[in-house]
Amino acid sequence: MKVLVAIKRVIDANVKARVRQDGSGVETTNVKMAMNPFCEIAVEEAVRLKEAGKATETVVVSAGAQQTQETIRTALAIGADRGIHVPHDGALEPLAVAKMLKAVAEREQPGLVLLGKQAIDDDCNQTGQMLAALLGWPQATFASKIEIDGDSATVTREVDGGLEKIAVKMPCVITVDLRLNEPRYASLPNIMKAKKKPIDQIALADLGVDPAPRLKVLKVAEPPARGGGIKVETAAELVDKLKNAAGVI
Amino acid sequence: MSGNFSDIREQIRALCAGFPGAYWREHDRARTYPREFVDALTTGGWLACLIPEAYGGSGLGLREAAAIMEEIQASGCNGAAAHAQMYTMGTILRHGSDAQKTSYLPEIAAGRLRLQAFGVTEPESGTDTLSLRTRAVRDGDHYIVNGSKVWTSRAEHSDLMLLLARTTAREDAPSRTEGLSVFIVDLREARGKGIEIRPIPTMINHATCEVFIDNLRVPAANLIGEEGKGFRYILDGMNAERILIGAECIGDARWFVARAGDYAKTRKVFNRPIGQNQGVQFPIARAYAQMRAAALMVERAAALFDAGERCGEEANLAKLLASEASWEAADTCMQTFGGYGFAEEFDVERKFREARLYRTAPISTNMILSYVAEHVLGLPRSY
Repeated sequence: MKVLVAIKRVIDANVKARVRQDGSGVETTNVKMAMNPFCEIAVEEAVRLKEAGKATETVVVSAGAQQTQETIRTALAIGADRGIHVPHDGALEPLAVAKMLKAVAEREQPGLVLLGKQAIDDDCNQTGQMLAALLGWPQATFASKIEIDGDSATVTREVDGGLEKIAVKMPCVITVDLRLNEPRYASLPNIMKAKKKPIDQIALADLGVDPAPRLKVLKVAEPPARGGGIKVETAAELVDKLKNAAGVI
Repeated sequence: MSGNFSDIREQIRALCAGFPGAYWREHDRARTYPREFVDALTTGGWLACLIPEAYGGSGLGLREAAAIMEEIQASGCNGAAAHAQMYTMGTILRHGSDAQKTSYLPEIAAGRLRLQAFGVTEPESGTDTLSLRTRAVRDGDHYIVNGSKVWTSRAEHSDLMLLLARTTAREDAPSRTEGLSVFIVDLREARGKGIEIRPIPTMINHATCEVFIDNLRVPAANLIGEEGKGFRYILDGMNAERILIGAECIGDARWFVARAGDYAKTRKVFNRPIGQNQGVQFPIARAYAQMRAAALMVERAAALFDAGERCGEEANLAKLLASEASWEAADTCMQTFGGYGFAEEFDVERKFREARLYRTAPISTNMILSYVAEHVLGLPRSY
């Protein structure tokens, strides 16, 4: 079975994101970028499936500017076998990405597509679900455990109030949650090997995807600055503040 | 920062994030070897970066090795516990026999064999290496070695040790620089059978030792290269060591500048951040400038070394400038932190003590200046 992993290059999780002066979006010039942490978990899971003999090949795909290839290399250093880069400058909406991934999945014929549950930049949490719908494949989202057995996968999902276990037929789409695994550090020999692994380029147009946005961003603003706390003298005063000042009870 | 190698740097930072200040404070307090950190570097293949691929390493150059060491220090960790595992093998690689290379290098690359101790310095001969007194006398298939070494770092945590000993008396040697030989000593066998290792408690947690050698039998097959040429063999290794330690100093300087900057931005006195005062700003800015300038020299020296060109001058200058830049940055950081700089929990005092080492070791600042004066500028020889 081949595993296709979709990854996204985002602002590094450790960097404080800043809104552009004109409010048109988040500043990304000269900002440190990295692989979306959930995508990293998806890559790690794919590599573990291969190490466990469940997968025969792991292919990583990402759309974005030229530097996206660095992020693909990071995935190859974790242990993925090869990469596919779909060049595109500027933002892509989840639907366009899902269409791109559908076209790639049709070419690659994977038994499993793994994605992060969401990207930490726009927090859309849509691409995996859209991809499953477009392919007509079963989907299991927010996975915290994946067990593959023949042509079905048993997936433990993180849902409100607990865990849910579902079985899905393969091929399927699975989006991964934080607790699925802890991604490894790439070792130096694997970083060196990754430099020699192939990354194919496929144009969006060749995949029949129209990247034109369907949504318009009106304004991006910083969240309001957090005000200081206050001290209360009595329980009665606390209740009063919660009711009348904070309005939470 | 010297060089780029962002892929390498990123992974090192991720690895180092698992070894925060508390980890180092604990080992510093107990004066114990940071084994877990060294194991993590070993498992990740980082210490085998200079070993050619044919022997199981990554076959990279000193520039990449410098990036690794710099990033370790800039992350607040201390690579001194393991840096010698990277470069000590260079003497075997460049001057050893095929048999020595094939038997030792793959094991060193895999991390199963630690070669991170080099017995050069003696109580009676510091930088004046040629006056060392440890003698190795040929006896059939063996050499019998007697003498002692001091400041042999990591000897307790090394399986093999390279040993520099005199094989021809000074007066009988064909030239001033001949008569010394390098041997591979298997400490696992030799301890208690001719080798005694005694740790020296020091100001920092550096695992350095005295080594006493009493009728140690070393197989003649463990002689590296030709008898009597040992001094020449260790010289290029010394350049590698100086360049890498220069890179470590750059990393330290980056750590100090970053810590000082962060503290100056957030610490408020008289209702304003102390970093708003130019008296606080300027030393940090100057430390940064000195770090950047020294980093260029480290990079230049590493590039020359990798190109196989002469780099004695640059390696020495790199170590001199980088160790002074890190010391300036250390002092500035200490001053910026005020009283808190002395509190262990901020790590500044520990890093401050550690950074001081490199103005003294592996060669002191004055010895470098004397080298530059005599060999680069042609001034009269002083000793």
